[in-house]
Amino acid sequence: MKIAVLVKQVPGSETALPILGNHSWIDEQQVSFVMNPPDNFAIEEALLIKERTGDGEVVIVSMGPARAQKVIREGLAKGADRGIHLEEEGQIQTDPLSIAKSFTSILKDENFDLVLTGLQSDDTGMGQTGVLIGEMLGMSTGTLAMETDVQDNTIRVKRELESGWFQWVRLPLPASISIQSGLNTPRYPSLRGIMGAKKKEIKVVSPSDHQTGSISQSIEKVFVPQASKQTEVIEGDADAAVMRIVEILKSDIKVL
Amino acid sequence: MDILVILEDNRGSLHRMSKEAIAGAQKMGGSISALAIGSNADALAEELSGVDLVEVITVSHDLVSSYNADGYSEVVKQVIESESPQTIVIGHSYQTRDFMPRVSAKLDIPFIPDIISMDDGIVKQVLNAKLNASCSTSAEQMILSFQSAAFSDEDMASGSCTSRTFDSNLDSATVRAESEEPFQEAAGDVDLEAAELLVSIGRGIEKEENIQIAFDLAKALGAEVSASRPVVDSGWVEPFRQVGSSGQNVSPKLYFSLGISGAIQHVVGMKGSKNILAINKDPDAPIFEIADYAVVGDVLEIVPKLIEALHN
Repeated sequence: MKIAVLVKQVPGSETALPILGNHSWIDEQQVSFVMNPPDNFAIEEALLIKERTGDGEVVIVSMGPARAQKVIREGLAKGADRGIHLEEEGQIQTDPLSIAKSFTSILKDENFDLVLTGLQSDDTGMGQTGVLIGEMLGMSTGTLAMETDVQDNTIRVKRELESGWFQWVRLPLPASISIQSGLNTPRYPSLRGIMGAKKKEIKVVSPSDHQTGSISQSIEKVFVPQASKQTEVIEGDADAAVMRIVEILKSDIKVL
Repeated sequence: MDILVILEDNRGSLHRMSKEAIAGAQKMGGSISALAIGSNADALAEELSGVDLVEVITVSHDLVSSYNADGYSEVVKQVIESESPQTIVIGHSYQTRDFMPRVSAKLDIPFIPDIISMDDGIVKQVLNAKLNASCSTSAEQMILSFQSAAFSDEDMASGSCTSRTFDSNLDSATVRAESEEPFQEAAGDVDLEAAELLVSIGRGIEKEENIQIAFDLAKALGAEVSASRPVVDSGWVEPFRQVGSSGQNVSPKLYFSLGISGAIQHVVGMKGSKNILAINKDPDAPIFEIADYAVVGDVLEIVPKLIEALHN
C-alpha cells in the first residue's frame, strides 16, 4: 500500500493576523505557522492503514515556501517514510485548480494507491484539493471519512453526512479520500522518531518543475469582517440580567 | 442560461440550502434554471413549480437514482456542457463538497466555495473566519457554493416555471463506488429544524449534572434542547440534538444559547436564527458577534434565576 498524505502549513490559531498594506493577504513575516490541524488526522490514518496492512510506504507531500519543510519533517518524525516538497516562491497560491494541477504533475508518476487529505485547510478553506487531484488522476473519491477499512483492492469508507447520518461506501483503489477531523487520535512524534526524521529523504521540486502557469482564481483582498448586527450587550449582576431577559422574551421577541 | 442552480434531494424534498441557493441566484439576476437529479427529481421540480425560474431540468437514470459522486459529477458535467450556464450555483453542503470539485476538475471551471455574501464581490471567510476575502476569477464560467444562511429561503421569489427532462449518457463503468444505505447512529424523535424555540447548550455548562437546567429552561419556554458538538462528543446529550456543520441547520424564532463560544462549525448551523440570545462568561466569545442580545455572565447563576422568574 503506497499512501500519499497531502499536508499544508497554515497560520496557528493563536497567531496575530496582520493584513498587508495592499490587502492582498496577511503579513506572513509576523505570523507563526503550524501543521494544518485537520492534516494531523490524515497522517494518523495513513500510518494506521500502513500498520494494519503490514507493509507499504507513507509519503508526506506539501506545497509551500521553504518553511513548509517543517511540517513535512513533522510527518516523517511521526513515522512517515519520505517527503516531497513542491516549492513555492512569493505569496502562496490560492487557486485550487492550479494547485491540484501542480500536485497531479508530481503524483502521477508515483502511482499511489491512496491519497489522503485533511478536511480543509485552516487558511483559505477551499476544501477541494484532494477531490480535484483524485479526479485529475482518474481515482475514485470519497470525503469526510469517519472510518476506513482497506481490503484487497478496495477501501470501505464511512462517510459523515449531515444531521447525524452516515453512509458506508466501497471504492476501488486507487482512491483519494478526505479525512474528517476527530476520527482518530493523532500520535506525537517520539524522540527517536524526531532523530530518525533528519535522515529521511525530502525531495524538493522547484516551482518551474510543477507550476502550470494557468491561474484562473485568486483572492483579491482580505479584510476584517464588519459586525452585521446591532448587538445589545447586557452586563452586570444576574438579577438585573434576568429582568432584562424576561422583558426581551416578552416584548421584543414575543415568545412569552 | 445565465445561472444553473444544482438542487439537492433531502430524502424526497428540497434541501433548505437549495432554496437558499435559488434565493441567492435570484439576487444575482439573469435567467435562472435549476437541475434536479435522481429518483425524486420530479418531486423536487414540483416543489419549485411556484418559484420564479425559467425551468427545472430533471435527470432520472438508474445509475443516479440515489446520490453517488461518480454519477452526479458526470451528469452535472453533461448538463453544463449542453446548457452553457455562465455561473453554476449550489448550497455548500457536505454533498457539494463530495462531488462538485469533480465537476470543476472535469470541465476546468473554477469552484469558489463557501461564499457568505455577493454584495461586494464574491466574499468568503478565510483563516478560521477571522478574516473575509473577496475572490475573483478570470474564467468565463464559474461554480459558486453558498454557505448555509448566506441567503434566506424566505426570499425565494415566486412565479412560475416549467420542467424538462434531460437525457444523460451514463455508462455503468462510470459509477465505481458501491454505496450502502445511509443510517443514523442514534435516531431521535426531536425535529430541531422545525422547532420555533431552541435552548442550546455549550461547553460553558461545565458538567453533565448541569444539563438539567437547560431542559428546565426549555420546558418553561416551550422550547426544544439542542447543543454544540463538544457537548454531544462528551455524551451529555444525544447526537441528534447537535447543531452545526456536522449536525442540524436551524433557523428558529429564538436561539437561546447557553455557554456556547461560537466556533465557525457551530455558527454556520444557527446563524440564520431570527433572534439570537447568548449567555457567556467571556465578553470576547465569537457568539456575541452574531448575537442580537449578548448577556455577559455565568449561565449557572443566571439560568436558575431566569427559570424562577418565568414561573412567577
